[in-house]
Amino acid sequence: MEYQAKELFAKHGVTTTLGTVVETAEAAKAAAEEIGGVTVIKAQVKAGGRGKAGGVKLAKTADEAFEHASNILGMEIKGLTVNRVLVTPATPPVEEYYFSFLLDRSNRSHLCIASVEGGVEIEEVAKTNPEAVRQIPIDALEGVTPEKAAAIVDEAKFPAELRDQAIEMVQALWKVYVEEDATLVEVNPLARLEGDKLEALDGKVSLDDNASEFRHPDHAQFEIREEADPLEAKAKDLGLNYVKLDGAVGIIGNGAGLVMSTLDVVAYAGEAHGGVKPANFLDIGGGANATVMANGLDVILNDPQVKSVFVNVFGGITACDEVANGIKGALEILGDNATKPLVVRLDGNNVEEGRRILDELDHPLVTQVDTMDGAADKAAELANA
Amino acid sequence: MTIYLNKDSKIIVQGITGGMGSKHTNLMLQADSNIVGGVNARKAGTTVELNGKELPVFGTVKEAMEATGADVSVAFVPPAFTKDACIEAIDAEIPLLVVITEGVPVQDSAEVFAYLQGKKTRMIGPNCPGIISPEESLAGITPHTIAGKGPVGLVSKSGTLTYQMMYELRDFGFSTAIGIGGDPIIGTTHIDALEAFENDPETKAIVMIGEIGGDAEERAAAYIKDNVTKPVVGYVAGFTAPEGKTMGHAGAIVSGSSGTAQAKKEALEAVGVKVGKTPSETAALMREILQSL
Repeated sequence: MEYQAKELFAKHGVTTTLGTVVETAEAAKAAAEEIGGVTVIKAQVKAGGRGKAGGVKLAKTADEAFEHASNILGMEIKGLTVNRVLVTPATPPVEEYYFSFLLDRSNRSHLCIASVEGGVEIEEVAKTNPEAVRQIPIDALEGVTPEKAAAIVDEAKFPAELRDQAIEMVQALWKVYVEEDATLVEVNPLARLEGDKLEALDGKVSLDDNASEFRHPDHAQFEIREEADPLEAKAKDLGLNYVKLDGAVGIIGNGAGLVMSTLDVVAYAGEAHGGVKPANFLDIGGGANATVMANGLDVILNDPQVKSVFVNVFGGITACDEVANGIKGALEILGDNATKPLVVRLDGNNVEEGRRILDELDHPLVTQVDTMDGAADKAAELANA
Repeated sequence: MTIYLNKDSKIIVQGITGGMGSKHTNLMLQADSNIVGGVNARKAGTTVELNGKELPVFGTVKEAMEATGADVSVAFVPPAFTKDACIEAIDAEIPLLVVITEGVPVQDSAEVFAYLQGKKTRMIGPNCPGIISPEESLAGITPHTIAGKGPVGLVSKSGTLTYQMMYELRDFGFSTAIGIGGDPIIGTTHIDALEAFENDPETKAIVMIGEIGGDAEERAAAYIKDNVTKPVVGYVAGFTAPEGKTMGHAGAIVSGSSGTAQAKKEALEAVGVKVGKTPSETAALMREILQSL
């Protein structure tokens, strides 16, 4: 969110105004009083187009700040509820520019995008005035040296009187990008204020989870737990790779690709069963022991939308008998809490033994189907029953 | 023939003494891979016994190569040390480096990729199952028991979908199956593998498996149009993935309207690649082609 991005900007010396983040209209009023003069009340959600949605308002007085904050708090922007607003001094820009560093997957490197036309979505500028959008590749080994920063500023055609400030800001933004292990650092608008002062008025930072894991434990603070989906939060606590969707067939599988494929195959099979769809993505990875399986089933069975569960495992390194024992153990752990039908498809390493274990278990909720497509069809049928 | 890896390949393992390293070295030996040693700076000069074979542990990749003539390294190194392990292997000019590690920071991968330019090493991965040329050699974690040697070349972003597809087509078999990895930045792409399969006389047809995120599949489609004469069948995972959510693999994310499965499927179909709706249907399409060859 904007205020979090600005905290990272400030940490690395990017000129910005932090403002005050508040969760109530009363606090917004108090913040506006303290700042004094005209303030801006801005909705804080992870979405663009906040202004268009009515989530950004100018307040001439503290009472107006109160009024705007009460309207904006609780508002929905692109499906996200606004729980906090940022109160900042109003600093009307003379000109608005765009600047970002981002991961360039196609070229397997980093890219800088800069434009003297900012303040609107850069994709729009790219369509209407592509010449104004400069894309400058960054060498991943060399990074952004002072010389490179100068070259970027000149290429972007930022005004000459701002050149030195811009060069400094570009280097500071590169510091944010590298030192925080970001995959995107975006400033929009990068504003030219009265007195030719350059400031990051609004911004966005995306961080690399892989790096946060061991290099930046402090990044955990940026996650706002109460705003996460409760099932996703629970799965995260259990160390599960889970994404909540809104269908009726719960999915458990091993390996990201196979699980993604399982979702698709269920949606495809669902077309013949009242259009049922997958309820989630859940990859239990390589070691599908009873505890992991039980945790996974527990999360999925707690999803009130789930009507049936499809366990799709291809035993590569993992042996199917271990998976079958995992399912057996999970059903024992869950006991009466296991209430929804389970369709299980096992294939690969030690499949005969795995299938035998489940045959022997003869659990009323468990149906075994030999093929992935057939099992998806069965799971969709049960969800539509 | 095979691509990148064959029965003459001499393999070392970076991180051979770790949990993953020793477990999978064992399995690679069971697949008859010619493992000639391992690397761990702290345990240089010692040996490890795996699958009944005593393997020397060297301090560096360079020493291991000099002593054993190794030409392939498989890295099972924790994410925090992967970048250094890769740079060490590249500096030693190992011809093939297979990086299994999942969870490598993408800026590290960008650095390694930049470092690779103009060097003698081909890197596969990171975050991949590695490469198998059935009945010849395995450098990675793909189970060697799924399928034998045959006319199909397989390239995939996903490990388990690689296994699934090998299983579906096990009666035909594979020249080489290569898992290129699910990260946003990887060393070997679909295009690299397509080029190698096109040039490999034993590969008669190619299965290409992609997934959401990035534009690798679209670029592969453009490459196929101009450069690949062998039949290619495709599969793309992630049609039901919501925008903005990472689906397991760090690189599997639809951003705005880019990186969707639909766009990838359309790009492949536009150049004459048949794309299956499910892995089984994809295998059936390949089966038809193989039977008509």
